[in-house]
Amino acid sequence: MSFINYAQREINCKIVYYGPGLCGKTTNLQYIYNKTNPEAKGKMISLATETERTLFFDFLPLSLGEIRGFRTRFHLYTVPGQVFYDASRKLILKGVDGVVFVADSQIERMEANIESYENLRDNLQEQGYSLDKIPYVVQYNKRDLPNAAPLTELEEVCNPRKVNSFEAVATKGVGVFDTLKAVAKLVLTELKRGG
Amino acid sequence: MTNQLVMYEEELQQINSVCEQLHRDSNAKAVLVIDKNGQAIAAAGEVESLDVTSLSSLTAGNVAATGGIASLLAEKEFAGQFHEGEKTNVHLSIVAGRVILVVLFDTRSSLGLVRLRVKKASVELARILDDLVRKSASDKSQTILAEITDDDIDNLFND
Repeated sequence: MSFINYAQREINCKIVYYGPGLCGKTTNLQYIYNKTNPEAKGKMISLATETERTLFFDFLPLSLGEIRGFRTRFHLYTVPGQVFYDASRKLILKGVDGVVFVADSQIERMEANIESYENLRDNLQEQGYSLDKIPYVVQYNKRDLPNAAPLTELEEVCNPRKVNSFEAVATKGVGVFDTLKAVAKLVLTELKRGG
Repeated sequence: MTNQLVMYEEELQQINSVCEQLHRDSNAKAVLVIDKNGQAIAAAGEVESLDVTSLSSLTAGNVAATGGIASLLAEKEFAGQFHEGEKTNVHLSIVAGRVILVVLFDTRSSLGLVRLRVKKASVELARILDDLVRKSASDKSQTILAEITDDDIDNLFND
């Protein structure tokens, strides 16, 4: 749910990074955090276990500049990817304006991608959203690994809607900002259309 | 997109003055109003040293998680929460099902006083929020959104 603050001239939106466990959602946010000017970002918060697995969510507030005198602020969240944290994932999707689905390109993780994609669809529906309508992009992460599945195969599984998709190596930052810009643009376009 | 939250100058001023009043009446360190999705709306008191953005997101996460527990226990929601610290205590309450009223307080105040003052402030806050929802539903102009062009959006990313 976007928050338009006329009093403080701000447009606030929420973007959620979704995907199977260890696909690189947190790594995306960490890269964005490390490469963003201090004045454009707030503190990055990670509610993680001792082994650095996301327990509840990661959070990164980001300012992307001004549109017609209004500051655009994006709150980026990740969900915990592990299957048994489903209750937490549902909570984080509340009020979402745009979704990035981060798929793990490794062929062994194909099943996990499918399961997470179906889970995203179900959980969005439960919150009253539709994956077919919400601003949504796909990122194929870990493209540098030797066991990465062919793109066509991943597209078939994770992107039946044929939305914008990006190849990425999040640890090195490849594709990270392209993905963010694409989803932010979709969110603002949707906001404009809705308004 | 439905269920968008819109804030206007007039209502923000009213919310700010409720926060300031509550801050004074309850001898609190700080008072925050946060929407349930984690966006900070208003703050009063000693907020310079606070990371209001992070506090808002974590508070909303906390309230969402507690709401999840409530529904597992077939409760509607837990309307209030209290966290006791060594120096600072936190009182959280949900107002009008939409926003979270946060009061940070120390030994200058007490839980009883905070609860009492929060009750009064919540009524006032709920009234302002009702007005806000009505106003935003009837305001179809939404000028800023209607004025945004595709070029504006493109320009934001041409750096």
